[in-house]
Amino acid sequence: MSKLAIKMTVNGTEIEAEAEPRMLLIHFLREDLNLTGPHIGCDTSHCGACTVDLNGKSVKSCTIFVGQADGADITTIEGMANADGSLHVLQDMFREHHGLQCGFCTPGMITRAHRLLQENPDPSDDEIRHGISGNLCRCTGYQNIVKAIRAAADQINAAKEAAE
Amino acid sequence: MISGSFEYHRPSTLDEAVGLLNQHGDDARVVAGGHSLIPMMKLRLANLDHLVDLQSIDSLRGVTEDGGNLVIGAMTTQNELIGNAVLAAKCPILAETSLQIADPQVRYCGTIGGNVANGDPGNDMPAVMQALDAVYLAQGPNGAREIAARDFYEGIFFTALEDNEIITAVRIPTPQGGHGHAYEKQKRKTGDYATAAAAVVLSLSGGNCTAASIALTNVGDTPLYATDASAALIGTAVDQGAVDNAVALAEGITNPAADTRGPVEFRTKIAGVMVRRAIARALSRAR
Repeated sequence: MSKLAIKMTVNGTEIEAEAEPRMLLIHFLREDLNLTGPHIGCDTSHCGACTVDLNGKSVKSCTIFVGQADGADITTIEGMANADGSLHVLQDMFREHHGLQCGFCTPGMITRAHRLLQENPDPSDDEIRHGISGNLCRCTGYQNIVKAIRAAADQINAAKEAAE
Repeated sequence: MISGSFEYHRPSTLDEAVGLLNQHGDDARVVAGGHSLIPMMKLRLANLDHLVDLQSIDSLRGVTEDGGNLVIGAMTTQNELIGNAVLAAKCPILAETSLQIADPQVRYCGTIGGNVANGDPGNDMPAVMQALDAVYLAQGPNGAREIAARDFYEGIFFTALEDNEIITAVRIPTPQGGHGHAYEKQKRKTGDYATAAAAVVLSLSGGNCTAASIALTNVGDTPLYATDASAALIGTAVDQGAVDNAVALAEGITNPAADTRGPVEFRTKIAGVMVRRAIARALSRAR
């Protein structure tokens, strides 16, 4: 099978590459682009560890062929930090509130939480839980993840108000 | 898990897509959101030589209201169904159902066309489409045709759709204003298919039920339209006796598989419980 020519924007950088059509987006990101933040957890679209942002949607990159993402704008956890290298507020709040233990689910959790807050800047705890229902964590029991996302929302909203 | 090799196509028109299917026969499959097909390909339960991605065909997207019908493009995602203002006002069971499908990531990708065309009895939209008496619009090499949701499903992964046809839209007669609706689904966890689920749409006039339709998910080889159970509510005040009757009739048509979701008797009873709850909630919403 001939290779596909792939163009996409990943974390703000334009990428041109060739890939086999059957290559999954998660493998393309990890193996070809060396972006190993998105993890392979279940490889069956259940756990959400491979979640990345694709054209403004949270998607599980283990269930997307690279060709389907041709032309897309993708953000992985590697693209979340601020321009000066400091942590994104979600990353900071996950650290502050112990929103992780082993950390395996964290890149997926944070990229998913980022999209959730874009769509719903002031979510209730219940809305956060529904919003991250596609991301499994086997360590924390979710309590501190919800707290971290809640705290990040509060900080983002406070910064917005201060700017107005 | 890596799927078998295939050639990837991304046509920008429906004609081109149908042409590819017609050319390659059952060696080709269309992909919409891909969250049913791609896992099957990774498990090598689906093997195909040509994957035809429909994402660039703009005519397959969007929701319009047209002369008493709601027409929903096949590539409209579940997430878009949840957020659509026309559907929220005219046909809210679609958002209610979409919210019970899988999880947020899957709903950004999963489409109504894929959900209804897949033919897996675990898919949620088919029963809802049957309750709404929807029609599927299909396009093949010889033109367009229409297939009623109630006639579409033939067996597990067997439908009335030909290999060289694509579902382009679903057309739903706009439900009567003031209708009551509910989709009740029991599942073991987020992302699971239903142990059993029931869709109910009904209308009242002067306290009496003037129209009712009930359909069931994942308790047979196909979604099940419960003709007799639906009829059992019409002309009644939807009182205890009528509901008991409808529940018994609905349970009577189930034929669930015994699997990790439970034995046959359990899933049949859960189907009855889902019907009872869906009727109660639809009734509470009907005006």
